[in-house]
Amino acid sequence: MLHGMLNGTAIAVGLPLLDCFLSANGTALADGSPIPVRFGTWFQGLGFNPGFWEPVDVGARYQMRPFLQPLASFRDKINIFSGLQAFLDGQPNEVHSSGPAVVLGGSALTPGQALPPSLDTLVADSIGTRSRFRSLEVNCAGSQESLSRRSATARNPAEFSPIALYKRIFGADFRDPNAADFTPDPKVMVRRSVLSAIGEQRQDLLKQVGAVDKARLDDYFTGLRGLEQQLELEMQKPPPLKACTVPAASTVADEKTSDHLIVDDVIQNHKLFAQLLAHALACDQTRVFNVVLSAGASGLTRPGEANNFHVFTHEEGVDPKLGYQPNVGWFMDRVVEALRDMLVALDGIREGDGTLLDHSLLLYNTDVAYARYHTIDNIPIMTVGSGAGRIKTGIHIQAKNEAISRVGLTIQQVMGSQISSWGTGTNRATKPFSEIVV
Amino acid sequence: MEDEMVLVRVSRAMSLKRGAGCLLGLVALSLTSLTSATNSPVRDTASNVVIVGMDRLSADLYRHIVGDVFGPTVSADDGRFEPGIRIDGLLAVGASTVSVTETGFERYEAIAREVAGQVVDAKHRDTLVPCRPQTANQPDDACAAAFFSKAGLLLCGRPFKPSTIQQWTQAASESTRVSKDFYSGLSAGLAGILLSPEFLYRPEVAEPDPKQPGQYRLDGYSKAWRLSRFLWNTVPDARLLHAAASGELHTSKGLAAQVDRMLASPKLEGGVRAFFSDMLQFDQFAELEKDSARYPEFNALAVRDVQEQTLRTLVDHLVTQDKDYRDIFTTTKTFLSPTLGVLYRLPVDDRKPNGSADDWVSYEVPQDDPRAAGILAQAGFVGLHSPPTRSSPTIRGKAVREILLCENVPAPPANVNFSVVQDTSNPLYKTTRERLTAHRSSAICAGCHRLVDPIGLALENFDTVGRYRNNENSAPIDASGELDGMKFDGARGLGKALHDDPATVSCVVNRALAYATMRKARKDSDALEQLKKGFAASGYRIPDLFRGVALSDALFRIADSSAIGKIADTSATKQ
Repeated sequence: MLHGMLNGTAIAVGLPLLDCFLSANGTALADGSPIPVRFGTWFQGLGFNPGFWEPVDVGARYQMRPFLQPLASFRDKINIFSGLQAFLDGQPNEVHSSGPAVVLGGSALTPGQALPPSLDTLVADSIGTRSRFRSLEVNCAGSQESLSRRSATARNPAEFSPIALYKRIFGADFRDPNAADFTPDPKVMVRRSVLSAIGEQRQDLLKQVGAVDKARLDDYFTGLRGLEQQLELEMQKPPPLKACTVPAASTVADEKTSDHLIVDDVIQNHKLFAQLLAHALACDQTRVFNVVLSAGASGLTRPGEANNFHVFTHEEGVDPKLGYQPNVGWFMDRVVEALRDMLVALDGIREGDGTLLDHSLLLYNTDVAYARYHTIDNIPIMTVGSGAGRIKTGIHIQAKNEAISRVGLTIQQVMGSQISSWGTGTNRATKPFSEIVV
Repeated sequence: MEDEMVLVRVSRAMSLKRGAGCLLGLVALSLTSLTSATNSPVRDTASNVVIVGMDRLSADLYRHIVGDVFGPTVSADDGRFEPGIRIDGLLAVGASTVSVTETGFERYEAIAREVAGQVVDAKHRDTLVPCRPQTANQPDDACAAAFFSKAGLLLCGRPFKPSTIQQWTQAASESTRVSKDFYSGLSAGLAGILLSPEFLYRPEVAEPDPKQPGQYRLDGYSKAWRLSRFLWNTVPDARLLHAAASGELHTSKGLAAQVDRMLASPKLEGGVRAFFSDMLQFDQFAELEKDSARYPEFNALAVRDVQEQTLRTLVDHLVTQDKDYRDIFTTTKTFLSPTLGVLYRLPVDDRKPNGSADDWVSYEVPQDDPRAAGILAQAGFVGLHSPPTRSSPTIRGKAVREILLCENVPAPPANVNFSVVQDTSNPLYKTTRERLTAHRSSAICAGCHRLVDPIGLALENFDTVGRYRNNENSAPIDASGELDGMKFDGARGLGKALHDDPATVSCVVNRALAYATMRKARKDSDALEQLKKGFAASGYRIPDLFRGVALSDALFRIADSSAIGKIADTSATKQ
C-alpha cells in the first residue's frame, strides 16, 4: 500500500508490482542502482557530563552507560568515540565555537582566518549531487542558524518551521516517485530558462572581478546550479521508490511556535522535523541533512524558570551524590531522548534489506566536553548507522588525546572522497579509524 | 547587431507608448526624465571597467526597493531572506563579504517570482507596465523590452546593456510561448532581473579616472547607489540617476547639489531609520526570545512596537527637530502605542476615533523620573539585550560598550569555574548585583566584568522586557553604576555619562562612515578626524554628519588602484 495525498487528505492506493522495485538481493533498486547512502549531522550544544557517557569497556558489544540508556536499543548501530580532542593550536578558546570549528571544519578557530567548509558540504559534494536538494538544514529552536557552510561567507540558513520545511519538500514542486503518471509542469521549464539566462552572464561577470568577489560569485552560481538541478529533476519522471511515502500535510500541524526555546516545544518540533527528513530521504529528495536541536550556548528552558540550560551549566552546583549538576543532567536527558526520536524516525522506514538508518551515517556532535568550564578535551562524538555497509557499528573506540578531526576524515573517506588527510595544524588528521572501515 | 535592433525597438516602443502608462513611484518619474538615460548608448564593459565591490542586498533594502519601484501595494514582506553577517558592528559591512548560499538562492528565486507575479497581475499591470501587448497571448518584444529597460534601470540603478535587455526580452518571449500569456512571460523576465547578480549583489563599477591617469574612480551610477543607499535606504531616483549619467556626481558642485537635495527629502527618514536599525542591531529582534509565561505582554505586536518606539524617538529628535545626537541618551520625549502602554504599564490614551491599535502618541517622561534616559530606558535597548527570563547587567554593559561606544569586549575566557555564582534561589544572593559581585570575586573573571557590569547595573531598574521595577526578589534594587571612573546612579546617570563621553561621538561617526562605504572605517583615517570636527562644529547634528560623510572623499574611495589595474588588464586580455 502506498500512502499518497489528494487534496490534503491522506489516502491509500494499492500499487501492484511494488516488489519489482528492488533487485533480488534487496540492496539495490530494480534498475541496478544501489540504494543511496545518506549523511546527517545532529548537533546540540553543551555536550554530556564527562564520566557519564563513555562506556567503560572498549570495542564491540560495549555496555551502554545509564545516561545513554534511551539509545540502548540502537547500541549495535552506534559507534561511540571517547578521548578525542579539539586542539587550539595556540588560539584562544572561543567558548562554544572553537569545538565545532575542529569537529566540523578540521581547524582551530583562528581570528582573522576564514572558516573552511563544513564537513557536511564536503560529503554532499560526494554523495548529494544527484538528489533534488544538495542538503537540508533545520534548527529546532526558532533560529536560522546552522553549522553548515560552504565557506565563511556562505553559511547555509536553517529552516526552523516544520510547516515551511514540509512545503519546501512536499509542496507544489514535489514529484512523487510512485505516482502512476507524470506530466512535466511547463512553469518549471520557464523557471529553468530564466536561470539559464542568468547563467549566461557568469563569464562576463567573472572577467571583471577580483579574487574575493570571484569566490562570492562562485557561491552564487553554485546556488544557481543547485536550483537548476532541482528543476531538471522536476521535469523528469522520477524512478519509483518503494520506501517513499508522502506524509500528509496534517503531520506538521502540531508545529510549536510560541516560545522557541521551551524544551518540550523544541523536542516536539524536532520530532516533526525528524519525520519530514526521514520521508525526504526515503523519497530521495536529499541525501544530506543537518540538524541543530539548539545552539552552542543553548537557551533551552523550562516554562516559567529563570535559568536556562546554558546558565545552569555555569551556575549550578554539583550534587555530591549524583556527581553532576542535577538540572543540567535533566536537560541532557531530554537531549538524549530527542536524539532517540531521530533514530526512531530513520529506523522506522524499511528500505531494501534494512532500514533508512542502516543506509545512513549520522554524526552526533556538540561544542564542548564539560560545559561548566567550556573544556574541549574529550568532546562526546558518536556515529549512528553503517552508511549502507561502509562502516562497522556497535563499537566503542577509545582514542585518548587523538585529534577529533579523525572522525571527519573517516566519514569523508567512506563517503567516497579521495582525500588522504583533513584539517590543519595539530588537528590535521591523516589516519582514519580503520578499525571501523569496511 | 542584434543589440542595436533591440535598442531601435525599445526607442520605438517608448516613443509610441510614452505617457500611456501612469506608473507608481519611481517608475512614474522615470518615464518623463529618464528616457535619455535608458536609451543612451552604454559604454562597452570591455573597455577597462572593473567591478571593485559587491554588496549583497539586505532583506530590509530589498523590501524597500521593491516598495519604492513598484509602489506600496507590491510587497516582498512575506519573503524569507537569508540572514546577513555582522562585521565590525554592522550588517552593512558584512554585506560586502557575504555570499549567496544554495538555500538562499532558492529563497531569492521564490521571492523574485512572488514579487514579479504581483507586478504584472491584473491589479497592477496597467499602471506598472508602460505598454500593452498587441496580443495578450503572444510575445511582444517591443513592449517587453520597454518594460525591462526601465525596470532594470530602476532596480539595478544603471542602464542595462542592450544585450541584457535582449536577454530578458528573449526569456519573456520563450516563456510567453509556453504559457500563452504575455504577462506571465513578462513576469518570468522580471523575476530573472530580481534574481540576477546585478540586482542582488549590486556590483560597484570603477572606471579609469580621466583626472588622474593610471587611477580608477567609481563610475557615476556606483556613486549614485552609494548615496541613495546611505541617505535614503533605497535605489536612486530619476534625478540622481540623471546626475550619474551626466557626470554631475564627479564634480564637487554637482555632488553637493544632489546631497543637499537628498538631505532635504522626506526619504532621509528612511536612511536614518536603516542606519540606526543596523547600528542598534535591531535585526536581532527577529530571533529574540522572551518567556511568554512570565511576559505575555511581550508579544509579536510588542516586538514590532518597541523597535518603532526607538526609531520614532530617534527620527523625531535627530531629523524632525534636528537636535544634538548626544541627547538621545537623556531626552525625555518619546512615543507610545497602546501595546507599549500595556508592556510598560503606562497610561496611553488610545480612544482614537477608529480604535486602531497602531496609533502612536507622544509621551513626555518627567525630568526627574529615573526613566528619563532617552533610548537607554526603552525596551528597544534594555529588552533587546536581555536573556528570555531575566535582566543581565553583563550583556547590557557589553552592548553599551560595543554598540554605543564602539569598543571590543573580550569573550569570556575558557575553563573558568562559574560555580561561584549560585542560582537565583540562593538566599544569600537575591539580586543580580549580589550574584555578579560574587562572580567578580574570581580574579580571572574580574578583568572583563569590571568593564561591563557597572554599566549594566545602572540599568537594573528595567527587567528583561524593559519594564520599570524597584525591587528584584523583594530586595530593593541598587542601580548605582560606573563608566570609566565616573560614578552615577541609574539609567539617567548612565545617559548623562554617555552624553559626555567623547567615545559616544567618535563611535557614531565611525559607524556612519563604515555604514556608508559598507567597509570597515580605517582607524587612522584622516576622514574620520575631519568628520568628527565637522560633527562637533554642527552641534552634533546627524544630518550634518551624514552630509559630511556623503561629501567626504572616503565615501567613493576604492581599493588600491594598482590591484584594480591588474583586474582590468586581465579582463581586457580575456575579451
